[in-house]
Amino acid sequence: MAAFVAVLITVIAAGFFFLSRRKAVLVSGGVLASLHSRPGYHGFYSFLWVTLFGAGALLVFTNLSLHPALALGVAAIAGIASSLNIRAETRARNKSEKIVTGILFACAGVAVLTTIGIVLSLVFETYNFFESIGWRVDKFLFGPRWSPLSGLQDGVIDPDRVGIMPLLLGTAMITGIAMLIATPIGLFAAIFLSEFASLRLRGWVKPMMEVLAGIPTVVYGFFAAITVAPFLRDTGGLFGVNVASESALAAGLVIGIMIIPSISSLADDVINSVPQSLRDGSYALGATKAETVRQVVLPAALPGIFSALLLGVSRAVGETMVVVMAAGQGANLTANPLEAVTTVTVQIVMLITGDTDASTAAGPAFSLAFTLFCLTLVLNILAMRFVRKYREVYE
Amino acid sequence: MIKMKTRNVDVFYGENHAIKDVSIDILDKTVTAFIGPSGCGKSTFLRCLNRMNDTISICRITGELLMDDEDIYAKSVDPVQLRARVGMVFQKPNPFPKSIYDNVAYGPKIHGLVDNKSDLDEVVEKSLKRAAIWAEVKDRLNESGTSLSGGQQQRLCIARAIATAPEVLLMDEPASALDPIATAQIEELIDELRHRYSVVIVTHSMQQAARVSQKTAFFHMGDMVEYGDTTEIFTNPVDQRTQDYITGRFG
Repeated sequence: MAAFVAVLITVIAAGFFFLSRRKAVLVSGGVLASLHSRPGYHGFYSFLWVTLFGAGALLVFTNLSLHPALALGVAAIAGIASSLNIRAETRARNKSEKIVTGILFACAGVAVLTTIGIVLSLVFETYNFFESIGWRVDKFLFGPRWSPLSGLQDGVIDPDRVGIMPLLLGTAMITGIAMLIATPIGLFAAIFLSEFASLRLRGWVKPMMEVLAGIPTVVYGFFAAITVAPFLRDTGGLFGVNVASESALAAGLVIGIMIIPSISSLADDVINSVPQSLRDGSYALGATKAETVRQVVLPAALPGIFSALLLGVSRAVGETMVVVMAAGQGANLTANPLEAVTTVTVQIVMLITGDTDASTAAGPAFSLAFTLFCLTLVLNILAMRFVRKYREVYE
Repeated sequence: MIKMKTRNVDVFYGENHAIKDVSIDILDKTVTAFIGPSGCGKSTFLRCLNRMNDTISICRITGELLMDDEDIYAKSVDPVQLRARVGMVFQKPNPFPKSIYDNVAYGPKIHGLVDNKSDLDEVVEKSLKRAAIWAEVKDRLNESGTSLSGGQQQRLCIARAIATAPEVLLMDEPASALDPIATAQIEELIDELRHRYSVVIVTHSMQQAARVSQKTAFFHMGDMVEYGDTTEIFTNPVDQRTQDYITGRFG
């Protein structure tokens, strides 16, 4: 019903657009230049009035359980009022532009408000959780044991069982392995594509890399669990090394491969944006292509490359699916990449999708999310500082 | 003394015949100016002299280009080595995003011209002095080259080109992006440089050509119309097109 009314309001708005435009022409008495605003702006102004008032009324009336069709009346009144107001000197152009600016502002506001809302809910839930463990934040941050929901009585959480150290170490280890793979391969691929590949080859390879970046992570996840992890285990067995069938190494390897395209695609753009004049300057001094890339292009592109790498790090830190499938769920405090580990994001999934009462599980889950948020925020701030300090501005 | 000699040089950009049958002798320790209306091929021809056109795949060059009577397009010549002997300064200053010192040290380092730090210091200082910018930057050699003003950047680029000890210095409208004061400084510098190097300068400003050069070549639609002493070209041109151009009737 409401949807039908919304369509009708749009139709009415379109009608008033033509009506007001026509009226503006009549008001001008045939001399269009005597109008302050072109007829189209008068029409557009009426259109805006009808849609805004109509949509507003529709929202209010449905919430008050009034009949939605009443909104049609409001829309029509708004339309009539705006078209009655049309005179030669009406500044319909300025007014409608102001309204559009307001709409744009509101859209930007949605993103900002959502962010603020999320952060606030994280902060409050984390506060409540810390209160319930008697403000033993030290045990939360540095405790070696994570099993918040085991031996739970009456929903009281034991501070000794909520140490996130194993999760942080697991996250760090998997991210580290992933970056060890992705940094060299991603960067070298970007350098090859932007400096050495022929235009034709580049036209082939770059879109393919972007397709690779678009593959859902769950696909990488079962690839890791079904192919890579058993392969690592069997290979380890050949050499007498004990590799767990779910290991940090398997997850790290696959995440590394997964983020190669994002790193190389971004780094390639950055390298391409280094002005040709710098390369020419280097060639003119008798430098070879390799010397030019190494000593002029890469240093100039360094801040951008750094942010490309950082994007890779945040993707690796936030990655969940691959780790759930390939690295296990047990919170092991270990520095051995051949064993099963777990990460912050995986534990959030476990808490929320587990069968424990949501109100009990939410506390640890939100505080994990808050920790993760703080970590990535610090990373981003550091990176921004670095980039700003070393960035060169080219015309 | 003739430093560079070209005979019957033609340049093609794909289908476009950009330079038609140009033969010219460029003298040592002389400033030679290439003038002509936009698109006449003077910059293209300049870039043949240090093989910068090699980086453009559709560009094809025929004819003979000699430096000290050696063919610079011979198979045995490495364009990378050639460019160390024929330096180039561009229209827009393009200092590397490195320190002032490293900008100048770049060439000597990659060519292994020096083997210790104190020699390198000496080369850097000498080059900056010859480019008439030493006094302004001697206390801030570690600052970024891009922090300098436009005119200073261009002199830094000249210092950078000088540091590889070139024999010929090509300048592609080196002052066109600069204000009149910086332009005057660059012109004064060019006059200094001619005591050591053979300088070839492309310029849009006929006054500049008249002020700094001893020889002038006039290009028009890919042809080199006229070449001779600068005073002759400007006071007593032989060709009608040259006369029209220098009197401002077209261009």
